[in-house]
Amino acid sequence: MKRNNKAGGRSSKSGLWNTMRQYKYHYLMVLPVIVWYILFSYLPMYGITLSFKTFDFSKGILGSPWVGFQHFREISHDPEFWSAFKNTVIISLSKLVIHFPLPIILAMVMNEFSRTKARKFFQTLFTFPHFISWVVLAGILTNIFSNDGVYIQLMTMLGFDASSPLVSVQGFRPMIYLSHVWKEIGWDSIIYMAALTGINPELYEAAEMDGASRLQRLRYIAWPGIKSTVAILFILTIGNLLSLGSSFEQIFNLYSSPVYSVADTIDTYVYRTTFTVGADFGYMTAVGLIKSAISLVLLVLANMTVKKMGEQGLY
Amino acid sequence: MEQALTQKKKISAYDVAVYIILGILAIITFYPFYNVLIISFARFDVISKSNLYWLPLSFDFSAYKLIFGDGKFWNAFGVSMLVTVVGVAFSMVISVAGAYALSKKGMPGRNLLLTLILITMFFNGGLIPFYLIVKNLGLVNNILVMIVPAGINTLYLIIMKNYFNTIPEGLEESAKLDGANDITILLRIIIPISAPFMATFALFYAVERWNEWWHALIFISDSAKAPLQIYLREVLITSNSSLNSMAMTLAEQKATTKVYTPSLQMATIIVSCIPIMLVYPFLQKHFAKGILVGSIKE
Repeated sequence: MKRNNKAGGRSSKSGLWNTMRQYKYHYLMVLPVIVWYILFSYLPMYGITLSFKTFDFSKGILGSPWVGFQHFREISHDPEFWSAFKNTVIISLSKLVIHFPLPIILAMVMNEFSRTKARKFFQTLFTFPHFISWVVLAGILTNIFSNDGVYIQLMTMLGFDASSPLVSVQGFRPMIYLSHVWKEIGWDSIIYMAALTGINPELYEAAEMDGASRLQRLRYIAWPGIKSTVAILFILTIGNLLSLGSSFEQIFNLYSSPVYSVADTIDTYVYRTTFTVGADFGYMTAVGLIKSAISLVLLVLANMTVKKMGEQGLY
Repeated sequence: MEQALTQKKKISAYDVAVYIILGILAIITFYPFYNVLIISFARFDVISKSNLYWLPLSFDFSAYKLIFGDGKFWNAFGVSMLVTVVGVAFSMVISVAGAYALSKKGMPGRNLLLTLILITMFFNGGLIPFYLIVKNLGLVNNILVMIVPAGINTLYLIIMKNYFNTIPEGLEESAKLDGANDITILLRIIIPISAPFMATFALFYAVERWNEWWHALIFISDSAKAPLQIYLREVLITSNSSLNSMAMTLAEQKATTKVYTPSLQMATIIVSCIPIMLVYPFLQKHFAKGILVGSIKE
């Protein structure tokens, strides 16, 4: 059909058609993936139009009436949104600053072992929590910091007047950062370990002959060897920064009403108001859109910065 | 000679410092899990009287007995098993086939598809549109909601595609000359030679499905279809499960076999993590290699 469409440029068209026919089985193989992404990624993206509509259950996404920028005007006066927004930004940035360098340092420290067995042992230990769900990890933390848990018992024995950091306004956010490091430091260091083992060992030997100290070797051989990996992961992290901050499973399983003021993020706010309060779907979609839009801007900015610093960007 | 050199290197103060730092980190990482284990086996009269229970001073199975006698636990366990087995099969079939096709550089439209797939890593429609689409597909209160919409992990798909790129074309050419079609090539040649790699990703997906909680929270309200993580949340965090009330009743009745509630909670954690602990040795043997291969840029 396509072949006979146009007389002009026929040869190149039929050339393309022939190539496509050669790949007919490959198209068949990729078809389920295409359908999946349309259903679960692109149709929801189209659903963003709800941000400019008032949702009517009987009419669906397509038929609901348009309201223009009304939701966004309301959001700008919504104190709960601003509180969630502020918390998301603070938690995201703190996680970035606190967590991002740690796996790099851990990988460099572990790479100092001349024995791969020791390296493997520590890697196995540090990676384990990554595979445990937040529900379970939150259960463990709740137990440790409960009134009859180890933390408060130990503090009381030492003569301190302790209370659970999980229900205190000052303690909650540090718990979020620490537990995130606990779960992900080992896993996140793997990619740097991989990059470090890719460095030519002759470079180290040559440096040793020239009398370079261990710190100098870290600075002039290991670091340049993983710089490009760090750059790419930096962009990826920034692109997902707001999701990192609101890491729904982590916060939802650890927070409780005493700490909502410092713990409620955009994701938990959207979930709670939609499914327990029953807010307008259009309004909540608009809140989600604001988050996605900011993430996209951050991704573009991070990519520009990394490219300016002379590293290869994501695109 | 070389042996002697490395031997000498190991004793430096620098190395000792590195070992001490990592040792402390290892203890901090593992202490919480150790704590879970000893509390799960603690005897009621011992732990409830101790001010600080940090050594395995008593050994008792009552908490485990209570869990194994709870029908809801077995139901949730069964749902998670089903979701894991069917989910891994589903995810692997579509990810492997898709990643293999996308590794074909000559395929027209491939770059467009890859770009569209990558975009979804950074931009999505958000919770509400996703909820409405899934609801329209009839997946609310349907076990499939933990299998299908969660079915593709874009990062795994990309890593698999990069991996297939590293397989030499020549392997396929000869089979093609023998008249095999591309699906046969994938099944008969590509998958067998990449078995360890495939196994790693099957395990990644398995852990994801076993830990599945989010889709269940949003879409499953029928407790008969709730997976293990939902059950765990009830036992551990909201403390309003049938298990918690069973422990309470035992305590109130002044029964001879009392169960300390934290012991019960920690025992539930141990039981639910056993499948992960069983596959972990296999998982950790290969994941570093999997990620290394996948991170090679085209």
